[in-house]
Amino acid sequence: MGDLVAVEDLHVTFDTPAGEVAAVRGIDLTVATGECVAIVGESGSGKSVTARTLVGLAGRDARIEASRLELAGTDVREHRPRDWRRVRGRIAALVLQDALVSLDPLRTVGAEIAEVLASHDIVRRRERAGRVGHLLDLVRVPEPQRRARQYPHQLSGGLRQRALIASALAGEPALLIADEPTTALDVTVQAQILALLAERLAAGLSLLLISHDLAVVAQVADRVLVMRDGRVVEQGPTDRLLRAPEHPYTRQLLDAVPSASSRGRRLSTTTTSARVELPTRTETRPTDTVLEAVGLTKRYGAHTVVRDVGFRIGQGETLGLVGESGSGKSTVARIVAGLLHPDAGTVTFERTPWTGIPERARRTLRRQLQVISQDPLSSFDPRWTVRQVIAENLDSGIARTDRTDHVVELLHRVGLDRNLLHRHPRALSGGQRQRVAIARAIAPRPSLIVCDEPVSALDVSVQAQVLDLLADLRAADGTALLFISHDLGVVHHLADRVLVMADGEVVEQGPVGDVFTYPRHDYTRALLAALPALVTAGRP
Amino acid sequence: MTVTLDGLPAGATVTTSGQAATRPRRRLDIGLLAAGAYLTVLLVAVLWPAALAPGDPLAADPRNVLSAPDSGHWFGTDNLGRDVWTRVVHGAGHSITIAVAATAIAVGGGVLLGLLAGLTHRVADETLSRTLDALSAFPTLLLAMLFIAIVGPGTVSLIIAIGLVTLPRHARVVRGLTQLVRRCGYVEQAVTFGLSRPRLVLRHILPNAIGPIPVLAVIGLGEAVLIAAGLSFLGMGPQPPSPEWGAMLSEGRNYLHVAWWMTILPGLAVTATVVSLTVLGRHWQRRLDGRQR
Amino acid sequence: MGRVQLRAVLRRVAAGVVVLWVAATAAYLAVLAAPGDTVDTLIGDGADTPQIRAAIIAEWGLDRPALLQYLDYLWRLAHGDLGRSYLLQRPVAEVIGEQLAPTLILSLAAATLGVLLALIIAAVTAGDRRPWLRRLSSGTELLLVSTPPFLIGLVLLSVLSFRLGLFPVAGDAGPRALVLPAVTLALPIAGLLAQVLRDGVDRALDEPFVLTARARGLREGVVLARHALRHALLPAVTLAGWLFGTLLGGAVIIEQVFGRPGLGQVTLTAVTGKDMPVVLAVVTLSAAVYVVVNTAADLVSLLVDPRLRRS
Repeated sequence: MGDLVAVEDLHVTFDTPAGEVAAVRGIDLTVATGECVAIVGESGSGKSVTARTLVGLAGRDARIEASRLELAGTDVREHRPRDWRRVRGRIAALVLQDALVSLDPLRTVGAEIAEVLASHDIVRRRERAGRVGHLLDLVRVPEPQRRARQYPHQLSGGLRQRALIASALAGEPALLIADEPTTALDVTVQAQILALLAERLAAGLSLLLISHDLAVVAQVADRVLVMRDGRVVEQGPTDRLLRAPEHPYTRQLLDAVPSASSRGRRLSTTTTSARVELPTRTETRPTDTVLEAVGLTKRYGAHTVVRDVGFRIGQGETLGLVGESGSGKSTVARIVAGLLHPDAGTVTFERTPWTGIPERARRTLRRQLQVISQDPLSSFDPRWTVRQVIAENLDSGIARTDRTDHVVELLHRVGLDRNLLHRHPRALSGGQRQRVAIARAIAPRPSLIVCDEPVSALDVSVQAQVLDLLADLRAADGTALLFISHDLGVVHHLADRVLVMADGEVVEQGPVGDVFTYPRHDYTRALLAALPALVTAGRP
Repeated sequence: MTVTLDGLPAGATVTTSGQAATRPRRRLDIGLLAAGAYLTVLLVAVLWPAALAPGDPLAADPRNVLSAPDSGHWFGTDNLGRDVWTRVVHGAGHSITIAVAATAIAVGGGVLLGLLAGLTHRVADETLSRTLDALSAFPTLLLAMLFIAIVGPGTVSLIIAIGLVTLPRHARVVRGLTQLVRRCGYVEQAVTFGLSRPRLVLRHILPNAIGPIPVLAVIGLGEAVLIAAGLSFLGMGPQPPSPEWGAMLSEGRNYLHVAWWMTILPGLAVTATVVSLTVLGRHWQRRLDGRQR
Repeated sequence: MGRVQLRAVLRRVAAGVVVLWVAATAAYLAVLAAPGDTVDTLIGDGADTPQIRAAIIAEWGLDRPALLQYLDYLWRLAHGDLGRSYLLQRPVAEVIGEQLAPTLILSLAAATLGVLLALIIAAVTAGDRRPWLRRLSSGTELLLVSTPPFLIGLVLLSVLSFRLGLFPVAGDAGPRALVLPAVTLALPIAGLLAQVLRDGVDRALDEPFVLTARARGLREGVVLARHALRHALLPAVTLAGWLFGTLLGGAVIIEQVFGRPGLGQVTLTAVTGKDMPVVLAVVTLSAAVYVVVNTAADLVSLLVDPRLRRS
């Protein structure tokens, strides 16, 4: 019978109002029975389109051409909708990202799983409930009978994703196509889901993993394909690809991943920011305190989201704040930014009280503390151009005629050209938008910038550029950073000291090297253990 | 986030941010062109009716009553022998003036109350919103009739009645928009720049909250034309022999079996006006959504 | 879980009661604020004798303090006492009660027809399977919601009754007389609801859970009915209040056009005759029905969308 999936010279073209867009331009792909193949690429690489093409769901406007397109030995190029229906769920099943939106929010997870059983007539009606329970048990959902009666929003992210996988497994497919199956999940949950997939793989299931994250797929994949702009630039056994990447793009992707070993090194190969002379970074402990938080507590009703959190940030220091979703790290960020009043505790900024005072009193110091958020677009007034956005944060003392010059200078500092001045931010790419946000934040030369997940929405290569930029600016201006992230690698790469939060409390803090090398708290250990590490021997 | 307006006959949703309401449409916009052309003609009819119909809308011709449309009388004549085309053209002034004036009251008052509710703090907002909710509980047409029952029929009371009964909805929409904008990321971000509250409101909140209002006004105008036609059809607007569209429909109704043109043709003028305004409003709204995406 | 749901239900009912109270007060204030003497306003075009004036003052307690008058009004309203028509010299509740049935039948028929029509149109034209049909139907819907309902009625009357003689021209004799008024009233409803529903279906079809459902091998019809349409119902349900307002307001005019007896006739006669107590009663009653309909719609939303059941 041979390969479960056999694709040769696949082209997928979309007919859009703006003309034809070639999403996939001639790729070859095989998945053998019991094999796990991963496709890795950044957004727009065509990896998701490839996955969807394999279940005939590339979309109505898609034109698909291939010299060979076979699933389980059957040519599917001429498949009509009813033929595809027999393939979907039975031969190949699809699992998408976040189950909160990938499972119908108006139906119980049990109903969603039973739907597969019903539509393919797999078990008799009376036995369906039993089978649903069995499937949930298979994906390690505790109390399967009770969970089956719950709605997606009542389950945790991990349980939801397991339920979604259970619904995909219900038709006993030979191939599971998982498109970013762990992207929306916390790192510890991600590890569990990956373990679950590995378990199914061992049980004989074939897997096609789609991901932006090399480290994730490296955990389970036998072979990896690296895609870029609709083409496969490199492929090979996982081990070989990570140890000895041949294509420069693969190397660039690997280099761009921030981690402990990337500290002090540039992540991006392309230098788009204007190089400033980097003063050699002194590792001496800064003496002047920029901001100090003591005993911060915040409650919503009976629920305490932040409990007794304290830390200090020295001049020019980068404090990393890591934690999973719901750990309270964003609440801390908002309190520090002066956007939320703590129920207890104080923040002192530049030796001045920062909490418990009216907004009017805070205003004079406001410009010294800037905020960069995860979604820069929503932080820009939708009516405004790049120039207006940045100019708003310039010192009001600067003469009207000089303001544009100042904006241009700031754009240069973040590696953007002046021809963006009159563009609207929504017409920019994600990376450019974040640079504009950074330019705006550094305009008043603040002593502290609060960065709330500033790179989590970006592709890894763009993330690398933005992290490099932040490192450059920090070195040049001596600005302190409060860097909040769920990504331990990013924090390890950039931060001097780190604060680990769980369930609203600080479980551990200290110099980043100490905490990540010799974690003392169980939670930190669990986090680190769950972190998918790239084994890239022989590389810096 | 989408604000749903109950009672809006057309273009029932106002999308104010990210999500695409529908997939992009790819059609040559003949509809928009036609709507624009019709509204231009309508504007001429309002401002300078003699250019389109030089005759007197009140001139009766007893020898030529109820004659079907022909080359002499495009739209035929009515029971008194008056030219229906001339009356429709001259009626535009009445109908459109009523609708525009009523919409001005509704949108003006609505924006004022809506901003007041949206920008003030809890107690005032809660009181205002509840009152507006309660006023929306009355069917528009019945509430307008209550008003007219109290003050008596006529053009002015028609204008005020329509203005008042559609005001709560505009106010609710503006309040919703204001609250939406207040919670936007860029408003919070602007706080971190040290902007004072009045500046924050003037620079970011007001302009963004008010942005969609012209669109609402255009679509609201269409609705006002409809309500006005209905009320004057019931005899609560301009009194005969004024050539107002709703009143013409009311007069023509008695001759429906012998002279359909007396009713149907003025009726088509109403429909074409509302359709054109709605097409224009929706197009504008889509462009606005596209700009904010 | 049960308690959370009960709380959600109670909160909506309480909100409804508040709206009702404010609405009743607003209607009351409208009469009091009317220019001129309140007694004159209440008499309208009815016979004006000293006895009737005295009766009005006694019934409305106009000789008592304002607050007491108001409380008394609320008290009577809460007990279903809608006052007395001085024009007809009869209790308002009696007048309205007599004419309620034809309007109710017409409204129910129109609502059923309109909703069914909208559901069918939305299901058939949603998505991008039949672009031409979709364009045709959205054009028709635009036309329907932009045409005064009475014009639709007049056109139907002109063609089907006068030309073809298929339906009676006026009256309420038998079900055949109900057809044209019900269709007339239903068409604008179908037009708007179809737009909202199709919009909702389109939105749902773009959601990841629909992709997941398709990836399970479901037939497109099942995806539409089981997943997309349910989501589209949510925004449509919130229009229930609007639907009801359109029905009542529409009935007033449509009953005129087709010469049907009913609440519409009563209202119109009352408005032209300035029979304030009747107008007031109709308006207050309609607000009450609106509140009931809207609260019911909220409860339906709770039933359809489990996410709303959280506090």
